[in-house]
Amino acid sequence: MKDENIVLKMRNIHKSFPGVRALQGVDFTLCEGEIHALMGENGAGKSTLIKVLTGVYTKDEGDIFIKGTEKAVAIRSPQEAQKVGISTVYQEITLCPNLSVAENMYIGRGSSMVQNWKKMNADADKILQSLDIPAKATQQLASCSLAVQQMVAIARAVDMECKVLILDEPTSSLDEQEVEKLFKLMRDLKKKGVGIIFVTHFLDQVYEVCDKITVLRDGQLVGEYEIENLPRVQLVSKMLGKDLDDMADIKGEQEVYDKEDASELVFEAEGLVSDAGIKPFNFNIKKGEVNGFTGLLGSGRSECVRAIFGADRVVGGTVKKNGKTVKITKPIEAMKNGIAYLPEDRKRDGIVGDLSVRENIVLALQVKKGFFKPFTKAEAYKFADEYIKLLGIKTASADTPIKSLSGGNQQKVIVARWLLTHPEYLILDEPTRGIDIGTKIDIQKLVLKLASEGMSITFISSETDEMLRTCSRLVVMRDRKVVGELSGEDLTQNMIMNTIAGGE
Amino acid sequence: MKKKFTFNKQLLIPLAAILLLTVFNLIADPSFFAIKLDQNSAGDPVLSGNLITILDYGSELAILAIGMTLVTAATGGQDISVGATIAIAGSVILRVLCGTDSRPETLQAPVIVAFLVACVVSMVFGAFNGVLVAHFKIQPMVATLILFTAGRSIAAWINNNELPVISEPSFAYYGNFIPGIPVPTPFFIAIICMIITALVLRFTTLGLYTQSVGINENSSKLNGINPVFVKFITFVILGLCVAVCGLIKVSRISTINYSVIAKDIEMDAILAVALGGNALSGGKFNMTASILGAYVIQYLTTTLYKFQVQSTALPAYKAVVVIILVVASAPVVREWVAGVWKKRKAKHQVKEAN
Repeated sequence: MKDENIVLKMRNIHKSFPGVRALQGVDFTLCEGEIHALMGENGAGKSTLIKVLTGVYTKDEGDIFIKGTEKAVAIRSPQEAQKVGISTVYQEITLCPNLSVAENMYIGRGSSMVQNWKKMNADADKILQSLDIPAKATQQLASCSLAVQQMVAIARAVDMECKVLILDEPTSSLDEQEVEKLFKLMRDLKKKGVGIIFVTHFLDQVYEVCDKITVLRDGQLVGEYEIENLPRVQLVSKMLGKDLDDMADIKGEQEVYDKEDASELVFEAEGLVSDAGIKPFNFNIKKGEVNGFTGLLGSGRSECVRAIFGADRVVGGTVKKNGKTVKITKPIEAMKNGIAYLPEDRKRDGIVGDLSVRENIVLALQVKKGFFKPFTKAEAYKFADEYIKLLGIKTASADTPIKSLSGGNQQKVIVARWLLTHPEYLILDEPTRGIDIGTKIDIQKLVLKLASEGMSITFISSETDEMLRTCSRLVVMRDRKVVGELSGEDLTQNMIMNTIAGGE
Repeated sequence: MKKKFTFNKQLLIPLAAILLLTVFNLIADPSFFAIKLDQNSAGDPVLSGNLITILDYGSELAILAIGMTLVTAATGGQDISVGATIAIAGSVILRVLCGTDSRPETLQAPVIVAFLVACVVSMVFGAFNGVLVAHFKIQPMVATLILFTAGRSIAAWINNNELPVISEPSFAYYGNFIPGIPVPTPFFIAIICMIITALVLRFTTLGLYTQSVGINENSSKLNGINPVFVKFITFVILGLCVAVCGLIKVSRISTINYSVIAKDIEMDAILAVALGGNALSGGKFNMTASILGAYVIQYLTTTLYKFQVQSTALPAYKAVVVIILVVASAPVVREWVAGVWKKRKAKHQVKEAN
């Protein structure tokens, strides 16, 4: 690595938030004409690092060097980041769809009040042509496809004489051909000497366009690797923080899954597919079984269970409950069929923040019971008090608004909400995310106890040990497709990683 | 778990406003509170005085505030077309009562039939707003702007732009006095509406659903609630409230003035919800506080009239109240108040420790 080629150097970056040390001494180096993948699971510190670099957050400690300046630069706002040549294109397109392409490229950039429209359009066309972007300067942005809009965002960034281009999950809403087009543009820019930081969850894409990979985990730097020197399996193991060699298999307490066991299937899905972008999948679960969906973030595991619950629009496939074909297109239909679903994003989809713990607990059962049959206050208090005690929910009273509880206790309230409906089949999507260890163990124990009482449970977690401890069968997903199913002997960290990585 | 009766803090806002206005009136002119027993033109005993006026006209607002509270809670927006829809409901009532003649000697249909037709019509208009807001996801203010603009023309069109007059004296009971009872009828109508509302909130899950949808639509959906329907139904309920108001309004004068009837009443209804301490951005609501808020608004209006404020200048005074309310309930101010409160408490504790 020649030093004069380095366009961006971040050294010993520290950043803390109340209660979390998001970045602990992270180094990052980017060269000219390089596409550099920044990888890590949720909470690894990727987005914090990007935000420090773009001036959204101010770092607590550490230095950032940009090519062309001797001293470390201070980046205190996104405007300052742009001034030193760092541009970002975010996952969601942050342009104005009702303005023209050229206007979007130049909006908010001129310092004078007078705008030379002719020149602006001509300039924009020149850039679009040079980057081979199939759009006209005067065209309205909304009339372009998503990929082209994404490219326009990149063109805007590039024209700001950027040296460093950050692409934060640019491909998540694009289809395969659109991704191809985007990659071509990235390679063109690379030839022009731009350093590109590429953040994505798609492993295939990393191996297709990137030169180097930097892996973060729990706010720390795991390492920087040349792409040829890091096979997929190793990348996955580095992201998850498990060494392939010394990984002792965690013995679970769960029953061993028996393929021959002919006990009744509680739920079956065939060719189930929703509009959330997953490929059709088959799935089933037996009475008293605990199974799970595993895969990296964004692999489609949540979308699968959302399809089962009818939370996304189901567009195809058949489902059977206890052997009978049923129609589940809405959550209420799933609930009436004895299915319960604890969503992944507690804040967005789980809690009803301003309502009390009591109201949050009875909500699902109340809806199931019907509009004209409200519980009396006394009944609701009885249910709430029972489950507050059963699950050990720490709250001042049943009347406390749920939003003032800690994350772990909020999660317990949502678990209580669904247990109260006495489901036959319970889906838990990341029930242990962002909660304290004590509650995590409580929830795992609860899952095993419920299963032993005959409840069927699907358990999803980003932490593989947790899944190995509770599940007797795992459905493995990659890039929104089911790629394998593991049970019995195969249920090891190694096998999971190999299946997730695939390819080689 | 200990259960104790907690006084709802939300009621403090309207109660404080009532106290403030009462103190002001007591100091400025205690005769404000005088109530007299008079006889009206028909020779029946009627109570009169400022307090009776508040009870009378505040009741219209209270009825509207019930519906407006539900719409606000579920959609996080307000219906600004209620004034115009009252004109429509009133016009429908007159049309049914008059038939083809605009000055009938006798009523062409029973009042109850006219009222029921008006209920159906204004619920249909409520449903129209509801579909725009719930299904097409148009901002409530924008969606209801349509009827706000067109409503009074529709009302005039229903009666071919004529001004029907009802000579039958019994029709005037609903907006004035029932012979022998000295308390204005709208107050009794409002009480009936409040009882029905209390029963509905007690015997259905409407309250839980509207609040849940207003606070977190995603989560409500995953709990099996249909947010589109909940939002829709709140507009239909408001439509019903509008019909009741329309009956009172046309009964008061036994005729209608399309461009003046219930003018600007939507602002007062919204203000009542806000004065009740309910967030105009939706979510949790307190119906009692809203109803109390409605009477506070009328209290303010009557006070201003009493002090010879021109009716054209009224909105300016109300605007001052709105500004104070909105600023006081802004998160920035609340945080600041909470911060100051904390500091004072901390200081106090330090002093005690020393």
